[in-house]
Amino acid sequence: MTVPLTLLGLLEREPSYGYDLKRDYDAYFGGDKPLPFGQVYSTLRRLARDGKVTGGEAEPGAGPDRKPYTITELGTREFDTWLAKPIEPEPHLQTTLFSKVVLALLLGRPAASYLDIQRTAHMQRMRQLTELKRTGSLMQTLLADHGLFHLEADLRWIDVTSARLDALAEMVRSI
Amino acid sequence: MTSVNQLPTNAPRQAERPIIEARDVYKLFGQTPALLGATLAARTGEILAVMGPSGSGKSTLLHCMAGIYTPDKGEIWFDGQRLDTLSDTRRTELRRTAFGFVFQFGQLVPELTVADNIALPLLLSRMSRKAAYARAGAWLPRLGLDGLGDRRTGELSGGQAQRVALARALVAQPKVLFADEPTGSLDTLTGEMVMELLVGNARAEGTTVVLVTHDARVAAYADRQVLVRDGKVTHAEATHTDGTVADTEVEVGR
Repeated sequence: MTVPLTLLGLLEREPSYGYDLKRDYDAYFGGDKPLPFGQVYSTLRRLARDGKVTGGEAEPGAGPDRKPYTITELGTREFDTWLAKPIEPEPHLQTTLFSKVVLALLLGRPAASYLDIQRTAHMQRMRQLTELKRTGSLMQTLLADHGLFHLEADLRWIDVTSARLDALAEMVRSI
Repeated sequence: MTSVNQLPTNAPRQAERPIIEARDVYKLFGQTPALLGATLAARTGEILAVMGPSGSGKSTLLHCMAGIYTPDKGEIWFDGQRLDTLSDTRRTELRRTAFGFVFQFGQLVPELTVADNIALPLLLSRMSRKAAYARAGAWLPRLGLDGLGDRRTGELSGGQAQRVALARALVAQPKVLFADEPTGSLDTLTGEMVMELLVGNARAEGTTVVLVTHDARVAAYADRQVLVRDGKVTHAEATHTDGTVADTEVEVGR
């Protein structure tokens, strides 16, 4: 889950209020999925509890003024560690699509047709993302590209699998 | 026989009549079959991507539709007339006046300048030099080629050369632009720029595009994608521009 770490990263710039953090999060990372206010404040409360940020709550006797959230040394350390650490490349060798293909072959259902339907859905999504690239900002373009390259990889897998369905069917039934 | 998206030639609604159409086309090279009953139609102004693995027959289909190859069986129709039965002379004429072409490599004359290359189709159509160069020159800024008119095309980068090829393909205002792997020799970003310009200019001109590519990211620029497998168009899907479901039959390859 990267929301806490992303908020820590935004706090690295300068102490900020929850509202500003939400606005910046949505502008940079929200895409079509803005961060709910509730999640912003619950996340900040947890970070404060764990000593990674300070501020937020009104100080006793200090009136209604609230302090902006400030990242602590512990928070900075955690953020730096996360930023520098590579994410795990393709950790799971199980996919829904693979399961569907194997089950279809096992049960004698039209796997090739299912793959064609999936290809159609993938191409449709690729068209949408390409349109987003054509009309959107550079940040949207880069996000869309990430999606496009992954969809393209899926499509290649679909093509290779389509071409090898007969051999795969034989193997599946012999297990 | 397959004829998933075939419309009668006397279809009442002109707008829906395909501008270019292959009907149940067969093509063999020696004993090797390349097309085995391929049927495909593009509507006026449509940008259609023809996808498929190497050797699937997608380029052969494009060459048949463009009147470069003659099918062994089946029909090619262009704008209400049968193309494959025309004489060589008439077909050549039609290719020059109604079609534009962009290929992967080597379409430009390297010793000639950018402006010469773009003006070439117009000069071949016996347009005056002055008019031809004026029209060629007008294409330079549209394709980001400002100031390059006097450059020899042999000195251009791959992306620049492809943009010149695109200008040359569009300068005579063809009805159909045939593009065979137009970004095949370019890196990702350069290829995207060429696709942006291809799609943008084709839309601006109302040109129909038949785009052959194995690259899904390139095909995603089109309104519609079809897949050629084993010499047949096996897969067609709805367009997104007008929301109508055009050809949803999914014919499973065997």
